[in-house]
Amino acid sequence: MEVSAGHGHAGLMEESPYGIPSGKLAMWCFVLSDAVTFSAVLFAYGYLRVGSPDWSTPFVFVPSILNGLVMTFVLLTSGLTMLAAVEAAKAGRTAAGTRWLWATCVLGALFAAMHLMEWRHMIEEGWRLFQNPLGGAVQFGAAFFSVTGLHLLHVVGGVVALAIMALGLRSGKYNRIDVEITGIYWHFVDLVWMFVFPLIYLMNAK
Amino acid sequence: MSEATAHAAGHQHTAPTGFMRKYIFSVDHKVIGLQYYGLGLVAVLIGMVLSWLMRLHLGWSTLAIPGLEKLSPAGAPGNVMTPEYYLSLMTMHGTIMVFFVLTNAPFSGFGNYFLPIQVGAADMAFPRMNMMSFWVTLTSFLVLMAAFFVPGGPPLSGWTAYAPLSAVGQAAGPGQGLGQSLWGLSIAIFCVGQLLGSLNFIATTLDLRTKGMSLARLPFSTWAWFITSVIGLMAFAVLLPACILLILDRTAGTSFFIPAGLVINDQLQPHAGGSPLLWQHLFWFFGHPEVYIAILPAIGIVSHILPAFMRKPLLGPRVLVGCIASIGFLSYMVWGHHMFVSGMNPFSAILFSVPTLVITIPATIATLLWIGSVYGARIRFTTASLFCLGFVSVFISGGISGFFLAQPSIDTYLHATYFVVAHFHFVMGVAAIFAIFAGTYFWMPKMVGRMMNETLGKIHFWLTFVGVYCIFMPMHYLGLAGNVRRYAAFTDDFLAPLIPVHQFITIAALVTGAAQLIFVFNLIWSRFRGPKASDNPWEATSLEWSTATPPPFDNFGGKQLVVHQEAYLYGVEGASADYIMQTSPETVKTS
Repeated sequence: MEVSAGHGHAGLMEESPYGIPSGKLAMWCFVLSDAVTFSAVLFAYGYLRVGSPDWSTPFVFVPSILNGLVMTFVLLTSGLTMLAAVEAAKAGRTAAGTRWLWATCVLGALFAAMHLMEWRHMIEEGWRLFQNPLGGAVQFGAAFFSVTGLHLLHVVGGVVALAIMALGLRSGKYNRIDVEITGIYWHFVDLVWMFVFPLIYLMNAK
Repeated sequence: MSEATAHAAGHQHTAPTGFMRKYIFSVDHKVIGLQYYGLGLVAVLIGMVLSWLMRLHLGWSTLAIPGLEKLSPAGAPGNVMTPEYYLSLMTMHGTIMVFFVLTNAPFSGFGNYFLPIQVGAADMAFPRMNMMSFWVTLTSFLVLMAAFFVPGGPPLSGWTAYAPLSAVGQAAGPGQGLGQSLWGLSIAIFCVGQLLGSLNFIATTLDLRTKGMSLARLPFSTWAWFITSVIGLMAFAVLLPACILLILDRTAGTSFFIPAGLVINDQLQPHAGGSPLLWQHLFWFFGHPEVYIAILPAIGIVSHILPAFMRKPLLGPRVLVGCIASIGFLSYMVWGHHMFVSGMNPFSAILFSVPTLVITIPATIATLLWIGSVYGARIRFTTASLFCLGFVSVFISGGISGFFLAQPSIDTYLHATYFVVAHFHFVMGVAAIFAIFAGTYFWMPKMVGRMMNETLGKIHFWLTFVGVYCIFMPMHYLGLAGNVRRYAAFTDDFLAPLIPVHQFITIAALVTGAAQLIFVFNLIWSRFRGPKASDNPWEATSLEWSTATPPPFDNFGGKQLVVHQEAYLYGVEGASADYIMQTSPETVKTS
């Protein structure tokens, strides 16, 4: 039996108090939840750092901080291209929207690649989740890899989402609202890095 | 925002026909609600049997329990449980009850079934994500159950999994190996399921309300589910990374929660620099809001059901919603009251004590609103209304001991005694369970189309009501007498005289537990043999009573309801009946 969905008609519904699509609302709620998750991990890092008498501050300007600055630049730029993608999708310029999404996706992948190189560099120096080559608190490696690892997971997830979105926008499977929802997530990943970079890198500069 | 709603309604509303799509992998929120409820029922039966085993051991510590050795040869040689196995059963009892009963049934179970109907929607905002949330939760349950069958058995560290006991691994005892890892994994998965569920609840409440269903007209139950979702969104978000860090400590060699120089079983642990208190902070930042995740839906359900049987609205409906919201808000500021004796700075105890006492204000206002509303009402004494009144009773009994425990100086003595056990079982456990019972007797006719037996229901209520007081009231006395919790036996000199009290509690627990079989029988028997339920058997006003019994696949048979009234118009003078349904356009002149 075919039953028609009653609630598709705006006149028969109460208006959403925020006037945004449900998908967007859910993404905002997810961002709120995810922000709390990052706060918890950063709190754990701060708690252990404050409680530790021999915390290591290993980062020198070249290569670690410089690399981090370039990564920050790349991620911030990807925020800009994401903005352009959302604007293009809103204006109905699907081809341009797709191009900007791919640009964002590539920048995100570049960020992830640079981050993994940074990881490799640190692992080669002897840093592990449970090991500090400088002989200080072992929590440095644990905090560094788990905080940046959590962020890296979000970036990789975002890169995959951006690729799917770029393909779907082109084929018509996704619309401008889906691009906007992806944008909310991507800007959040961007914003979190603005906390991770100073707290993990700059505060641990030599 | 036509586009907004069109997007929200972007799923098909064609009833599926195959058995799998209809009952197993269903996207229908009603089936998912029943699945959550069923999972809760299975979990509560397991949890209850575990509590029987524990109680038997506490009363008669040398008693052989037939068959126990089969379940765990190492944990119960000769059918007598070891102290370690007692702790395993306690851990599983707590974890099962808190996560899979008190969170699942009143919030995810009833919430899934009735939240969309009460707002007048055809389904949740994201039906497929809704289905996923149940299957994630079921996976989490199965992972936890697997701990019974792995070498070493279930973990020993309690539902709070305090580090370093939970973090160091096998060296800390049987069950601290694979069993504890499964615990961490299970809870991490559970957090994901709750996150998905919460997103759905929030979006549905805000975006899918039918014409006329303003926020002020939402039933209390919907308000409570909505506020609980917001709490859950942030609380489980902390438990998830905490569990992952715990698993890292256990498997990847990190030392987040393990201090230096820890010697266990004469072995120096290869960890340094971590903080056991960090786990407590992270856990209780989740754990205290979790208490309200269990009790706020219960408050909402009871406030929803009571007016239907008092035949008059609750006093101060907006005040009550304000109370629920402020309890939710304050729940994030009090986690440290679980840590008064943890070694945390004693000055910060004051910081956590004050907001804890402040929480009692909205809780007390809500209680006074219920009592004030009941006063002078001509109550229809059905089983559902009895359980609502029982809820108010146990909520008060459990709440009063909270005043004591909220004060650091008193808690220093009472911490980790049976006084605390009595407190949280009354106010969180029994109160929420009573609300689940009230909800079951009230809503089951709508859910399965048949009335439950009232005589059996009333016998069930009175046995349970008297039973829980016999179980938990003496525990206050035990706690004041210095009886610490989490001991497997009390053969020690100063606790030995208290053993008869424990034996009394054990007998009470067995009888009360057996009384629950009446409920299970009633549930199953009524499902097939109960008299057919009409569309509105309780003469109630909210939207779930405006549709067929049981509701069709899209809830309202293709109709889009229009809401004209607030939620609880009972005992209206000058109306055509003594109540006005939310969908009725009837207007009555008020003088």
